Formats: sequence, C-alpha cells, structure tokens
Amino acid sequence: MKMHHKLLTMIAAAALTAGMAAGAMAADTIKIGVAGAHSGDLASYGLPTVKAAELVVKEINEGGGINGAKLELLVEDDVCKPEVATNTATKLVSEGVNVVIGHICSGATKAALPIYRDAGVIVMSPSATNPELTQSGDYPNFYRTIASDDAQARTEVDFATNVLKVKKIAVIHDKGDYGKGLAEFAKKFIEQDGKAEVVLFEGVTPGAVDYSAVVQKIKRSGAEAVIFGGYHPEASKIVTQMRKKRMKTLFISDDGVKDDTFIKVAGKNAEGVYATGPADVSSNPLTKKYRDKHQQAYGSEPGAFFDNAVAAALALTNALAKAGSTDQAAITAVLRSDDVATPFGNLHFDEKGDAIGVGFSMYQVKDGQYVQIQ
Amino acid sequence: MDYFIELFFSGLTRGSIYALIALGYTMVYGIIGLINFAHGEIYMIGAFTALIVSTVLSIFGLPLPAIIILTLLASAIWSASYGYTVEKIAYQPLRNAPRLSPLISAIGMSMFLQNYVLLAQTSDFLPFPALIPDFAFMEPYASTIGSSDLVILVTTAVVMLLLTWLIKFTRTGKAMRATAQDRKMAMLVGINVDNVISITFIIGSALAAIGGLLIAAHIGQINFYIGFVAGIKAFTAAVLGGIGSIPGAVLGSFILGLTEAFATGYVSSDYEDVFAFSLLVLILIFRPSGLLGKATIEKV
Repeated sequence: MKMHHKLLTMIAAAALTAGMAAGAMAADTIKIGVAGAHSGDLASYGLPTVKAAELVVKEINEGGGINGAKLELLVEDDVCKPEVATNTATKLVSEGVNVVIGHICSGATKAALPIYRDAGVIVMSPSATNPELTQSGDYPNFYRTIASDDAQARTEVDFATNVLKVKKIAVIHDKGDYGKGLAEFAKKFIEQDGKAEVVLFEGVTPGAVDYSAVVQKIKRSGAEAVIFGGYHPEASKIVTQMRKKRMKTLFISDDGVKDDTFIKVAGKNAEGVYATGPADVSSNPLTKKYRDKHQQAYGSEPGAFFDNAVAAALALTNALAKAGSTDQAAITAVLRSDDVATPFGNLHFDEKGDAIGVGFSMYQVKDGQYVQIQ
Repeated sequence: MDYFIELFFSGLTRGSIYALIALGYTMVYGIIGLINFAHGEIYMIGAFTALIVSTVLSIFGLPLPAIIILTLLASAIWSASYGYTVEKIAYQPLRNAPRLSPLISAIGMSMFLQNYVLLAQTSDFLPFPALIPDFAFMEPYASTIGSSDLVILVTTAVVMLLLTWLIKFTRTGKAMRATAQDRKMAMLVGINVDNVISITFIIGSALAAIGGLLIAAHIGQINFYIGFVAGIKAFTAAVLGGIGSIPGAVLGSFILGLTEAFATGYVSSDYEDVFAFSLLVLILIFRPSGLLGKATIEKV
C-alpha cells in the first residue's frame, strides 16, 4: 500500500515536470493528445474522434504546420473508464502533450481533468455532456463542442414560455436516468425563470399497458403544455391517449422522441408535437468537406460525434496558431474571444468552457415529418 | 366527482386488459397446477399475428368489420396452435417431474419465444392499426371513456361469462373439473387427460390472442417485449384473485387496475407499482390463496 502511494506521487511529480517542460519547448512539434474509448463496447463513440483529429492534423501539416511547427498526434485509449482515464491522462502529460481532444465519456473526462489542470493542459471534449464539467467551475482548462445535458431542457423551457407563451406546464418523465434528468432540469429552469408554473411533476412506468390515469391527471392539472422527458414508446402512448380524450394540450419533448419511429407509431396523433434535436448541420460547407474527406480516406460514413470532433480539432489548432505559443493563458484568450469556422458555424467559448452556438433546435411534426422551427 | 369517475374508468380499462391475459394463466393453473410463464408471449404472438393479418387484409381492401373478424379468427387459431405446441414440447414430457421442472421449462419457453420474435420480426416498436373505430355514440363521453376501452370492457365480461358456462355446464368443462380435482382418478373413469390439458391450452391461448389484438389496437404499438410486463401484471392479478379461479382472475384484475389508477390519480404515478404490490402482499398475508381461491390440501 505504501509502495503504491509512493509510486503515485512519483508519477504525479513526473507529470508535473513534464507538463512544465512542455510549455517551454514549443517550437519544433506541437503534440495533440486524443483520448477516449478506442476499444471495448463504447469504441464506436471514440474512434470517429481519432479519425477527425487525423484528418484535420494531416491537412494542417500538409499546409506547413502551425507557425512552422508540425503537429503530432498522441492517441491514447481510456475505454471510457474513469480508473483507466487517469492513467491515460498521466501518460499523455508525461509525454509532453500540449492540448488534448477528449475524453469521450463524461465519467472518464471528469476523472482525467484534475491531472490535465495541474499540468496546465487544455482539454476539449467533443462528447462529454455532463453539465457539472463546465458549470462547477472546477476545471478552467476544460472546453467542449457539444451542448451539455441541460441545454436541451433549456431549449424546451425557453420555447414553451417565450414562443408558445404557456403559463401552466406539466412535466412528465419515464423515471430513467435520461428522461428524469431532463425533466428535473426543465422543472428547475421553469421555477427559476418564474414565467410559468409547474402544475404537475410525475414519472410514468415504461411499458405499462395504459396511461389514461396519468393523462386524466394532466387534464385535471389544467396544464397548457406537457414537457416529457423520455423515449418515443411512452411519448406516443401518452400523446395518443391525450388525443383520444380530446385534449389539445401541447406536447414538447426531447431528442429521445425526435425519431421517425415516433411519427410512424403515433400516426396522426403525432401532428403538432414539438421535440428538440441537434441542429441540422449537414448543409454547412465545412461539415460536407470533412465528411467527404472521411469518405475518401476511410471509405465509410463518419460515426458518432465526428462533426463535434472536427469542431474541437479546428478550434484548438486555430487557437494554437493565433496564440503563437502553447501557453495555457494565451490559448484560453483566443478560445474565448476569437470566432473559428467549424461544422457548427462560427464558434467561440464562454468563460465556463461551453461552446456558444452549439445547441439544440426545436422541431415540430408537420404532415408526418419533423420540421425545424426557425 | 368527475375526476373520480374518470379515474374509475381508467382503472376498469386497465383491469379488463389484465383480466383478458389473467384468464389464461388461471385456467392452466386450475387444471394442471402449472404457472405458464410463456402465456405473456402467446399474447404477444397473438398481437403480431393480428398485425400481419390485418395489414395483408387491408391491402386487399376488405371492409373494416370483415378485417376485424378475420384477424381475430386468424390470430386466435395461430396463437392456439402455438399454445398447443408449447404444451406438447415443454410441459407434457415433464408431466410427472417435480413441480419445479415445468416451471423452469416455462420460463425457458418464454425467453425462447421472445427472442424468436425478436429475430424473426424486429426489435423496433411497430405501429398497430386502429382496428377499433371511434364510435359516434361514444363521442359525448370520449373525455371519460374511449371506444376501445368500452370494447375491451365488454369483451372481458363476455369472455368471462362464456368461460364460466363452458366449465360449469358442458361435457368438456366437466372433464376439466375432474382433471383439476384428481388427474389419476379422472384417467381411471375414462377421461383422456392429455386431450383435456391440450384443450385448456388451446382455449387459454386463443383468449390471449383476443387480448393481444384488442390491447394492441388500444395502445397502438407492439414489440417483442410487450408480453413480459403485461404478463407479470396479469399473473399478479390472477394470484390476487386466487389463482385457479376464473371469477377470481377477473376480480383480481379489476382490483389491481383500480388500485393503480387511484394511486396515480390521488398520490403519484411514481408509486403505482408500490401500491399495487403492497396490496398483493397485504391480501396474501390475510388470504394466502387469494380472494376467491380455495385453500387446497396437498394431494397424496
């Protein structure tokens, strides 16, 4: 046990010195770490990020690098496990990494961040959505190019109170991590804003044969709109039973419902239902450019979080170029002030590390299709 | 008061949904003392058959009543053949085995059928056509009770009466009761026990198929997993009412459905299962054989 402790201290010390050294010797190569799940059952979430980083780095190196320095990728696997992620981070820091793209999973990211923070390394995740990572303020070195979990609830609440202007909202969820988490954020935001009132907050049992009792309860509560956190099977049952009871209550939900299966199953009852989903970026020229490059290089369609990873790689390399050094403060200043063109449009970051401009859009079912509401 | 009535009808609908499935459980248990865990899957297969048959028939452009009747017949026959086969394969060879063996075999059959449908069909939810139309005369009451709720309620009542008649007043029913009372003695007086058991499975499975069709049309969606949750609840209802008793299964289902509806309406739907199962525990403490169940002594 004692031995183990000593070893850890040594590694930490090595990491620290290595980190400091990295700041100094910036000229010849810039080392970019790519950390995430590259093997195991979550590899499909991590590998597209590696490919995105490879494509961006190759392009920059072919164009002469950044201020004369070539970029080098250090790819490390964390299998999405927090206990492995600390080792991954320590290894990257000891190899003198300058910035890191990753990690992929929120849990692993959270475990790795203190190590990078102490070494002065900036980390940008394409996929870690846990709100705490930025909002706690514990990790000034952390940025992300994906909206946090609560952004979706924010979009739903803003749309309900500002656009639809409803005053009474029933918040229903499916008791799952995802649905209940969203519903709790929605409730919190409605109460904070004070523009509307939560008249009902309840969980339903997924798979139950009939939801008419809870639907009666919604009716009795006088809610003008329902915000539902959960997936499409429950959503379509609730909407169908509301319409069968001739209720016109508006139905607002999340990207678990923004699925064509919902429209297929709920049929005509799906008409008019609102759901949030990631903004459609496929028409952005940069999105097209990198997706085409992926197609050429690997002969397949890119996977999960590829666009977010391209955005992270572009934002970091842009900041490195404009800052003219690998110094944390200089990079931070550029990230916060300078707009960079990415697949999501022009981005910069707020002081907590969330990208401004990456978010959710509201969609509505019209004639059997989800249509984005401008 | 309106709210109370609305919740009451919600509870009744839920109760009759449970009852349609619970009747099959209770019949099989009554005759051979086996809990047929594959029953929920037979219900699911009934719903899938109904979906396929009704889709094909609507391509031919048949009128709705014809579609409903043909679909009902087809899925009842198809499910009955499944029930018959399941009994022959999984339960009959274990007729004289210790009680636990057929139980395990039943669970295995349930898993097999679930995964079979998953592979043969899809894991996605499929839309189920609205076979029960909105009746015009129900329109003034639509906010309280829908047309499909009414159809389910009426069907449950009719099915329960028919079953009671079958068991009390027909030759087959008499043979069933004899088999239930003492299988060996029934054999000695010339009853073909294997046939009686097969008939029980066929009737129970056909009922599950009717339930599958009506419930799927009410909910509007099916997948390979619907039999599990519905089956567990219906089984609970059958135990609550006294497993083996047909009026007991219906009574138990209504009590379970009403408890869930009122728990949702007056407390919170987060706790509907807590209330339902607390009720089960309470009733079993005071009446271990269920509300209408007979306390049986172990036969030697």
